[in-house]
Amino acid sequence: MNANTESAAGPWPTAEVFKRVGFGDILAMAMFALRGNLMRSVLTALGVIIGIAAVIVMVSVGQGTQAELDRTISNLGSNRIEVFGGSGGRGGVRGGAGSISTLTDGDIAAIRNEISEIQYVAGQVRGGTQVVNAEQNWSTQWIGIQPDHFATNGWQVDRGSVFGERDYSGGAKVLLIGTTVADKLFGNSDPVGASVRVGRVPFVVAGVLKSKGQSGWGGDADDIIMLPLETARRRLSGSMNMAPGTVQSISVGTARAEDLPAAERQLNELLRQRHKIQPGAEDDFTVRNLTEIVSARSQTTRLMSLLLGAVATISLIVGGIGIMNIMLVSVTERIREIGLRMAVGAGPREIQLQFLAEAMLISLGGGAIGIALGIGGTVVTSRFIALPVELNVQVIGLATAFAVATGLFFGYYPARKASRLDPIEALRQQ
Amino acid sequence: MSVPVVDIQAMGKVYSKGTPAEVVALRNIDLRIERGEFLAIMGPSGSGKSTLMNLIGCLDTPSTGRYLCDGVDVATLDAAQRARLRLTRIGFVFQGFHLLTRMSALENVMLPLAYAGVPRAQRKERAARVLADVGLGERSAHRPSELSGGQQQRVAIARALINRPPIVLADEPTGALDSKTGHEILSLFKRLQIAGHTIILITHDAHVADKADRVVHIQDGSIVESLAA
Repeated sequence: MNANTESAAGPWPTAEVFKRVGFGDILAMAMFALRGNLMRSVLTALGVIIGIAAVIVMVSVGQGTQAELDRTISNLGSNRIEVFGGSGGRGGVRGGAGSISTLTDGDIAAIRNEISEIQYVAGQVRGGTQVVNAEQNWSTQWIGIQPDHFATNGWQVDRGSVFGERDYSGGAKVLLIGTTVADKLFGNSDPVGASVRVGRVPFVVAGVLKSKGQSGWGGDADDIIMLPLETARRRLSGSMNMAPGTVQSISVGTARAEDLPAAERQLNELLRQRHKIQPGAEDDFTVRNLTEIVSARSQTTRLMSLLLGAVATISLIVGGIGIMNIMLVSVTERIREIGLRMAVGAGPREIQLQFLAEAMLISLGGGAIGIALGIGGTVVTSRFIALPVELNVQVIGLATAFAVATGLFFGYYPARKASRLDPIEALRQQ
Repeated sequence: MSVPVVDIQAMGKVYSKGTPAEVVALRNIDLRIERGEFLAIMGPSGSGKSTLMNLIGCLDTPSTGRYLCDGVDVATLDAAQRARLRLTRIGFVFQGFHLLTRMSALENVMLPLAYAGVPRAQRKERAARVLADVGLGERSAHRPSELSGGQQQRVAIARALINRPPIVLADEPTGALDSKTGHEILSLFKRLQIAGHTIILITHDAHVADKADRVVHIQDGSIVESLAA
């Protein structure tokens, strides 16, 4: 018989093909049920809204902080150990590290020759001075360097050129200037080749250093001028009471990060031996492994991300439990409806899908609102709390995945409970 | 057309078997219902007629014996398969109507069509036609709360018919109605039978059972007599 010609109320048999319920119908049923109790649905979603917003803000701040840390690390130069003259020990009145010039050119040569792990060695002398270009002047830090300084401390020259061999050996009056100094003294004009005075001594600007931005310790890394070590000794360190042939600090670098511990140990031994320090006596120098400091900071950041992640996870679990609770209440309240749906032909699968769809709609709707709030919260965080943030598509993808997982996980049990109801019992409920 | 729509052979139903709470609800039932019959199952409360209805309606499975629903052995089916069988073979009419209150009459009638996977576009038209057939054409947009008891039961009957099942199973369909309205509903069943439907009526009311062509009396879980009216 044909379904089109016969009355809909006509008798069996029918040639009609019975199919499965469509996905769209399941969604429509779920939507209809949620709209019937709109206020409750929105309140139920609140836990997920807060959880997802927290995840987004947390991940954005975590990634932003990590990115900034990565920049700091690359600025420091990698695989680097810093040696300062003077003791880092306790007791008595003493100057800070670097205040006593116990490190010598001989030490530098010995480090270079005797410790095979160490690839780069560079001594430094530093101080503060006034730099003058015509009417512009600027107080800044100067640092006398050796050729390996660029490798150990991660500097590059942006414009102009690095010092030549003869600049180092001959004590040439040449300068490399940081971008902040270039900006203050030259504004928009090109400093390369220009003449400036450092104190009373005229210098030629050989180049401008590539900007590093904020230094590892929060200062302006670009507020600096560099000159050859020999030049600094002859022209600028006169007032500093330094013994001839000494440096304030030595930077050393290894080719590989794994070599750092061995290099550090050998460095200590070599310097103690060269400085004739008796066993048990205090060092007259201080060794700092900068990579360790940075990695400790990196670990702190990671720990903070982990804690924030735990908070976000907990709020998502709380939100999910809220969904589960309301869905269980809903199953009990609608037990007659479930019985009726089963009687007219809905199987366990259809009932389960409907209730799962309701939980998914709550968590996905909550997720969408949470994503919007999280993006807003991230913007507010970066603007008013001045934390570095990095908002990207992965974060939003992650949040969506969390929302889906929450709905599925916490919606499964109530939906399963609904699907396992006995239609006879369910129909009998009042 | 030789296969009976309901073929019950030596069927029994025992609840909580093997425990002190064991209840024998049905024992050794034999019942054949042919297509197009109008049959009443009658008995006092506690006689087992509700159990029998649940079994005929494929909501439950027999403990012993066999039940072939339109040729399909129900005992071999799981919950999902029984749901499919109800969808295609059984139309339920309940004493309490069991309409979903937030849906209009038309939407209530359309409900089983969604589970049958009927394209959305056809559902409204089909439901409207069946509603018109049961005499409720112009009230299809009303919610159950805006309809009288008789009208609500007509909506429920339209819903039972919408998938064109071979069996219409009505459990005390007039129990919640006054006698005049109840009479109208019974006349509607009669008309449906004439149109070719098989009607099975479960009742404790002899006046209701009188409308059927055949009455099966059940007592203490057994059929005591089966009479042609």
